[in-house]
Amino acid sequence: MNKNLRVKSSEYIDETNRISFKFNDRTYHGFKGDTLASALLANNVHLVGRSFKYHRPRGIMTSGSEEPNAIVQVNPGTNRTEPNVRATEVEIYEGLEASSQNCWPSVEFDIGGINNFLSPFFPAGFYYKTFMWPASFWEKYEFFIRHSAGLGKSPTSSDPDIYDHQNVHCDVLVVGAGISGILTAKNAAKNNFKTLLVDEKNELGGSTIFENNEFNKIDNKTPSEWLKQEIKELKDIKNLEIKTRTSVAAYHQYNYLLARENLTDHLEAKDKTNKIRQRLLKIRAKKVILATGALERPLIFNNNDRPGIMLSSAIKKYSEFYGVACGSKNIFFTNNDSAYESALSLYNKGINVEAIIDIREQSESKIVKKVKEVGIKVYWSHTIVDTAGYKRLNGISIMKLSNDGTSVTGSKISISCDCLGVAGGWTPAVHLYTQSGSKLKFDEEKQIFLPNQNTSEQISVGSCGGDFKIDEIIKNLNQKLKDNLNIKETDLDNIKVEIDQENSKRNIWLLPSDKPLGKTKPFVDYQNDATAKDIKLALREGFRSIEHVKRYTTTGMGTDQGKLGNMHALGIIADTAGVKMGELGTTTFRPPYTPLTFGTIVGRNVGKFFDIFRRTPMNDWHVENKAEFENVGQWKRAWYYPINGETMHQAVQRESKAARESAGILDASTLGKIDIQGSDASEFLNRVYTNAWSKLAIGKCRYGLMLNEDGMVYDDGVTTRLGENHYIMTTTTGGAANVLGKLEDYLQTEWPELDVYLTSVTDHYATASLCGPNSKKILKKIIPDLDLSDESFPHMSFKEANIGHIQCRIMRISFTGEHSYEINVQASYGKDLWEKCMKAGQEFNITPYGTETMHLLRAEKGFIIVGQDTDGTMTPIDLQMDWIVSKKKYDFIGKRSLYRSDTMREDRKQLVGLLTEDPNVVLEEGAQIVSELNQNPVEMLGHVTSSYFSPNLKKSIALAVVRGGKDMMGKKLFVPMENKNINVTVANPVFYDAKNERLNA
Amino acid sequence: MFLINCPYCGERDQQEFKAGGEAHIERPKQPTELSDDEWAEYLFMRKNIKGVQFERWNHTHGCRKWFNMVRDTSNDEIKAIYKMGEKPPSQ
Repeated sequence: MNKNLRVKSSEYIDETNRISFKFNDRTYHGFKGDTLASALLANNVHLVGRSFKYHRPRGIMTSGSEEPNAIVQVNPGTNRTEPNVRATEVEIYEGLEASSQNCWPSVEFDIGGINNFLSPFFPAGFYYKTFMWPASFWEKYEFFIRHSAGLGKSPTSSDPDIYDHQNVHCDVLVVGAGISGILTAKNAAKNNFKTLLVDEKNELGGSTIFENNEFNKIDNKTPSEWLKQEIKELKDIKNLEIKTRTSVAAYHQYNYLLARENLTDHLEAKDKTNKIRQRLLKIRAKKVILATGALERPLIFNNNDRPGIMLSSAIKKYSEFYGVACGSKNIFFTNNDSAYESALSLYNKGINVEAIIDIREQSESKIVKKVKEVGIKVYWSHTIVDTAGYKRLNGISIMKLSNDGTSVTGSKISISCDCLGVAGGWTPAVHLYTQSGSKLKFDEEKQIFLPNQNTSEQISVGSCGGDFKIDEIIKNLNQKLKDNLNIKETDLDNIKVEIDQENSKRNIWLLPSDKPLGKTKPFVDYQNDATAKDIKLALREGFRSIEHVKRYTTTGMGTDQGKLGNMHALGIIADTAGVKMGELGTTTFRPPYTPLTFGTIVGRNVGKFFDIFRRTPMNDWHVENKAEFENVGQWKRAWYYPINGETMHQAVQRESKAARESAGILDASTLGKIDIQGSDASEFLNRVYTNAWSKLAIGKCRYGLMLNEDGMVYDDGVTTRLGENHYIMTTTTGGAANVLGKLEDYLQTEWPELDVYLTSVTDHYATASLCGPNSKKILKKIIPDLDLSDESFPHMSFKEANIGHIQCRIMRISFTGEHSYEINVQASYGKDLWEKCMKAGQEFNITPYGTETMHLLRAEKGFIIVGQDTDGTMTPIDLQMDWIVSKKKYDFIGKRSLYRSDTMREDRKQLVGLLTEDPNVVLEEGAQIVSELNQNPVEMLGHVTSSYFSPNLKKSIALAVVRGGKDMMGKKLFVPMENKNINVTVANPVFYDAKNERLNA
Repeated sequence: MFLINCPYCGERDQQEFKAGGEAHIERPKQPTELSDDEWAEYLFMRKNIKGVQFERWNHTHGCRKWFNMVRDTSNDEIKAIYKMGEKPPSQ
């Protein structure tokens, strides 16, 4: 295991910087520049994980973000742990720890491996078929299904890292910094386009940066040497910003893209602290140029998933870029020339290549000839029929392919090896392209899906646009840049390119074995263990749509979204069903391209920044006086003020008694306030409220009920006429923004002829509501020269006054049924006003009360709270508030709906009071109400909307909505609870002071 | 995420806006004279077109102005934007 597989040093690996890390609790060494995958391979570790369903041993398959197998848990057991991370993308650092997933007790010995031998019992749709019956067993099944679901482990403590969001604007966004991306970015920036170039890797250059095929030359240099020079020149270009380790996750309409920039994941723990870990870039680009390249496909053959079986291009990258030999006896298996480049690359580094198995009959390109010259044996027209080795590949068996490619002939040849590179051709990475809404077309000749109809300002260049050879790439890129960016001359006009022509390819989506398909395991989706058998089974069972086959077999539904195997799945379906791939279409590629952390998505919106909140100007006083708070919309409102360890119930009972017996004070600053001005203000109010407003005198207040056009109660509040053409409207705390929006909507769209101006002044005023029989005396102490007599300042009227130099608006209005005043001052004086009231009220034992007491006091009076006693299905008639609906007004919002057959039904749910037989039993809000106990199923008449124990009445009271309740006064009903039935009687909802005598007390 | 050209403020991100349903549905001037069915037609019935649709939008986190938009719902292409009260462009 400790064999060192480092080969000739690579310029991307810093061999002077040795790094130790742990994998599955064992310490290994790598170098700065290694990924976890390359470092493990250098230590001859191929087995890194177990597959999802069969728990088969799996190894590193790729060298990039498309990796399906080598997904690991990083830093397990810490608060920074992250599951499902691709080992091929983790840059190692001192102290890194990682472990395998989906195995127990260890990746070497995994109990779940038994599933592999039981695999005949786990066909496609196993869960759907098995756990259907008997239905009563579902609860038992669920336990096991939940335990076997999922791969990694999420952290159990909070994330210590900081995440950020940033808006980015650019003229040209180039996605992918391979040869096409670099040339595009360079030419765009040179032509004065503000350009952003992003790449998911830490180094620029894509795959061309290690492209050393001696038969390809750009300006007489190898593509690798030439591109390195180009990259050097990028530094001096203005208008160009380059972001590496930045993966574009999503491409939405209107060229809006989301990218994740990784800033600290490659750093040691000590360097991570107090830095932003990942940043979500929200990019708006005038033009998007996709240079996302192509992904190499594997080949689908029996047992094609063993550790040691890798993509041919990955083996080449590990040797050229990381200086790591993936095996000491290498074989390649291919349907095109690219495996020969990999083979030659290994040969040139002194790594042993045993043979190349090629399903084609021949190829005459220069590189194939060269491979033969150096003595590597090529088996033409052969295919692998089986592989051997459980935790590491140790051999393959090959046979000759029949002419039509559907069967094998001749005798079996076995060859031993420890690493197999498969090369099944290249699939353009069109994921982002299709996310943008653009459409693909199947190219029958190249057997790939290519960009066809663009829906936004975008182009696809290089191999993601279907150009694979360097001469095509440069020629087409040049033309596309000229056409799309209106550039006359580019750097590319005079580049000389020589390439080795590839002359044959052969595509067989599912390669045959000497065994029948049913006895083989040709994996199509490695992560989810979907085989070609499963796909064929789905087709036999009648599935036809690619989207259905995908879901039934789970092909392409892993964390890698089937980046490797989706094309094969399509090909196998097309071949089996006898349709063309172009007609079949593809499954939908959805964001994110690679998984994002939750941290990146939420950015700074965590903890107290999760949602914005608002505080009243009196907030500090409430905090100092130990108030408990509740959230009302975005507001933090004082809920109750416990003294000496009181419970909420005790505090509320005390506060409620005090408010009725002497004096209470409530912070009412959160109520919505809308300033209404204009010569048509009265007419406007007539149209938006159910009652009449034209005759309201200046200086008077009126309660108003606002409906939706469907006749249902929307909001309520008191509006005061300040002047001839000037009103101030109050709304509910939670409804303020919506009411303003709704009023603006009508003003701008239905009644533009009205001269009315609306301004939100909620935040401009602080409001203290002074209530109780002593409230008048307290106000008198604060403003001695104000006439508070009932004649001068009656209930439902308004006065302006000064408290010292503070101007205030005082409304004598009441939400508790007591004599009370709402005092409004400029917000910055709010706390001062509050303290003055408290000081003046001291001799009357003034008691601050919170929202809970406010709710109790208004319930005693039967006053509704919109949103608690109403739910968007209650008309004013349902609320028994007929008195507020004007019969004279020709129209108001919602009027016509009050006369619809449905709203006029007698058996609608109506608001009533409920009294419990036992006055000490308090009903639960939300409890259901029935009239019969022995009915089955029982008819539910309605539910309790508000319920309290009233300290002033010394009994339990409740408001409820009950079907036909209006005519049930005195009727006995039941509230069935879990353990008992509570007997209740329908009552008048005004429980306290029905004659309103206390308003003038 | 659309880029919406508010007729009062210019191009802004979609998150500043709120969609307000189908455009050009005028509130009846004499609601009391309508039958239940006619009123229901105004109140509840909305088209949900796959293709070119006329919509109301509000720049809620900007100028708070309402305006109209012609949008192809099949690909979200915004074909035209015009102020309230202006005639819709002919298709």
